[in-house]
Amino acid sequence: MTIEIKTATLEPVRNTFAHIERRFGDKPATRYQEATYDVASEVNFHYRPLWQPEFELNDTGRTAIVMEDWYAFKDPRQFYYGTYVQMRAKQQEVAESNYSFFEKRDLARLIPEEIQRKVIRLLLPLRHVEQAANLNNVYGSSLGYGTAITQALLYNGMDRLGNAQYLSRIGLILDGNSSDSLAEAKRYWMDDAVWQGLRAYCEANICVEDWFESFVAQDVVLDALIYELVYLQFDQWLADNGGQDFSMLTEFIQTWNKDTNRWVDAVVKTATAESDDNKQQLEQWIGNWKAKAIEALAPLAEEMVDAEALNNAVVALDKRLNKAGLFK
Amino acid sequence: MAAKKLNIKDKYRLLTRDLDWDFSYEDRKEAFPYEEFEGIKITDWNKWEDPFRLTMDSYWKYQAEKEKKLYAIFDAFSQNNGHLNVVDPRYVNAVKIFLTGVSPLEYQAYQGFAHVGRQFGGVGARVACQMQSLDELRHVQTQIHAMSHYNKFFDGFQEFSHMHDRVWYLSVPRSFFTDARSAGPFEFMIAIGFSFEYVLTNLLFVPFMSGAAHNGDMATVTFGFSAQSDEARHMTLGLEVIKFLLEQHEDNVPIVQKWIDKWFWRGTRLLTIVAMMMDYMLPNKVMSWKEAWEVYFEEAGGALFKDLARYGITMPKYSEVIEKEKEHISHQAWWTFYTHGHAAGFHTWIPTDEELDWLSEKYPDTFDKYYRPLWELAKEQEAKGERFYTSGLPQLCQTCQIPMLFTEMDNPNQNSMRDTLYQGERYHFCSDGCCDIFEEEPEKYVQAWLPVHQIFQGNCGGPEVGDILSDYYKMNVGVDNMDIKGSPDEIRWNQWKGIA
Repeated sequence: MTIEIKTATLEPVRNTFAHIERRFGDKPATRYQEATYDVASEVNFHYRPLWQPEFELNDTGRTAIVMEDWYAFKDPRQFYYGTYVQMRAKQQEVAESNYSFFEKRDLARLIPEEIQRKVIRLLLPLRHVEQAANLNNVYGSSLGYGTAITQALLYNGMDRLGNAQYLSRIGLILDGNSSDSLAEAKRYWMDDAVWQGLRAYCEANICVEDWFESFVAQDVVLDALIYELVYLQFDQWLADNGGQDFSMLTEFIQTWNKDTNRWVDAVVKTATAESDDNKQQLEQWIGNWKAKAIEALAPLAEEMVDAEALNNAVVALDKRLNKAGLFK
Repeated sequence: MAAKKLNIKDKYRLLTRDLDWDFSYEDRKEAFPYEEFEGIKITDWNKWEDPFRLTMDSYWKYQAEKEKKLYAIFDAFSQNNGHLNVVDPRYVNAVKIFLTGVSPLEYQAYQGFAHVGRQFGGVGARVACQMQSLDELRHVQTQIHAMSHYNKFFDGFQEFSHMHDRVWYLSVPRSFFTDARSAGPFEFMIAIGFSFEYVLTNLLFVPFMSGAAHNGDMATVTFGFSAQSDEARHMTLGLEVIKFLLEQHEDNVPIVQKWIDKWFWRGTRLLTIVAMMMDYMLPNKVMSWKEAWEVYFEEAGGALFKDLARYGITMPKYSEVIEKEKEHISHQAWWTFYTHGHAAGFHTWIPTDEELDWLSEKYPDTFDKYYRPLWELAKEQEAKGERFYTSGLPQLCQTCQIPMLFTEMDNPNQNSMRDTLYQGERYHFCSDGCCDIFEEEPEKYVQAWLPVHQIFQGNCGGPEVGDILSDYYKMNVGVDNMDIKGSPDEIRWNQWKGIA
């Protein structure tokens, strides 16, 4: 049974804004479309930036990637601000209940001391990697072109700050809010040989000028490897060795990764399909950064799981790249 | 182990500041290359006081609650034809100005704050700017969604994005913001974070939202309420920025003063359109522009500058001129739009007799003397069926890009014109304030994309003005603009309301 409330129907003069109609035809538009397409300025900027006079304020020339239409980078999640924050709010609610359950039951007390030490040494320093990812994504958002990709980069940048904060809170749980574990983890990050390759990688990427290259080095290469290595394999290792409850504290980052990978893969696929030049450029960047990342992660992978672990992660990355149309 | 309690300040420090580290493998200056060229001296970013302490989880949670409520209202608004509840179709033209003139500025604010949120070396300042960047993106998107329904029933909204980049009067707000974004990161923060968001927001954002509240516009006013707590955060950031810069080094004081002088002048010029909107476009008035200026600038701003005096900061240059302008600018601007109503993207009209009396009452020293006679003339012309439109294109000020419509404030019968020579070319200005800004950075302001110059140079199509309006601006001449009387907007409104 359906019931029908009679409302006054007025015939609209038009269905949507003219720039949306030019792209998608004269029909009602989605909120993602109206919030995204052709919102960023394209012409008549008046003044060249004092900080980069060789470019306009919004300029396609800040990357070697060339697109006929930068709005081809449609986000498969269709995130505009409202859908973005509502999705993350739901995920943080789960995280919040996980964290408070963990703390209330004092689950840390059931985790062997050496496993806790291992988490402090091998998991907590990743909060600094997330911080680098925050910078790299916000960089792309500020200098990239077209709202479709720049808004997603900002959401990602803010997510990384959130991830860094969740990782930091694991430390605060372990050290009873003394912050000693965070200080210890930072010493590893700064001085321990096992982390120096990755720290050098992060510092180098923060200084990369081409924003799309920076996205490739961070979101495409490094994140894919870390996700497989840390949040799947190391997580499994912890579960097998008395640290299974840590999964409650990393669940947010795991769910976040799955959701974000869809967007990252879509971006790579779209840029690759655009032209052979793009494909070659991407392959060159990826080849270069992948080699660096493998070298940087090797000692960590061995300590986290075993000598095979990194290889498994690389296989997973290659599979994703292949699916996106690269290296074939 | 029993966890000790962490106070919010320490916790926030651990969850943000502590994430940063000193570089060993690269030069940090390569990562943050734009911190020094403006001459601002930062001796210690650690002295930055976090203006608000929101971790991302709380941010998502609060903002999602606000969004959920906001979109529920938008849905109800369009389901129930909420546009029929505005007091009068003339009001909708204020919303058109907002979407074409202000919402794209929110987008530029998103970009500008993302830029400084990446480029500042201090992580505390960076994170605060990033959050504002995300908020600004929220504002442009929710405004588009709030006004999406109006676009379906009224003319003049449909090309907001295209028009913003091109149309003559929209280059005023547009160039204001591209000026700020093309400046260095610290000037951007004084321009937008401090001058615009802290001092002038009550004169820009608030009048539009109060106008919506007084005129039955549920969609816009609900957006306004929803954005209020974001704006409060932005204001605290603006205040922190200026205090931080002034406390970091005494050499910063004259630089900051120069920026304050520039951005207040630029800001007051930008607010001309708000003044006109408040005095002429709201069928139900909130308060007069003059009253708003007295409350929000002279009283609130005066107190602020008293507070900043201890750093050696003085009232913005030309404050005494600005004080006189409150009596005039709204009248001069609406008359200009009325007479150029064929080239505007919205409708214009003659104020009703009650409105003329209200203006006389609110502006006892100037309205009857200088401006009422113009409207009496316009009424006579209209009664004879000779509604008047100017055919010429106005000369624009090289700095603020407003047509040379302002008069000398001590002699409202005399147009205000200034000029200066730079590399053998003569440049024209509406005021000493705008001329000074040019002379400080001529190499920047000679780049201005002045819409009228561009038309004369043939860069906007043509040859006739009508072709430019319809082809280059994408206006529906005679539909989107000209007088509200007899417009399609008015005809439809009368049909909906059953008015013969």
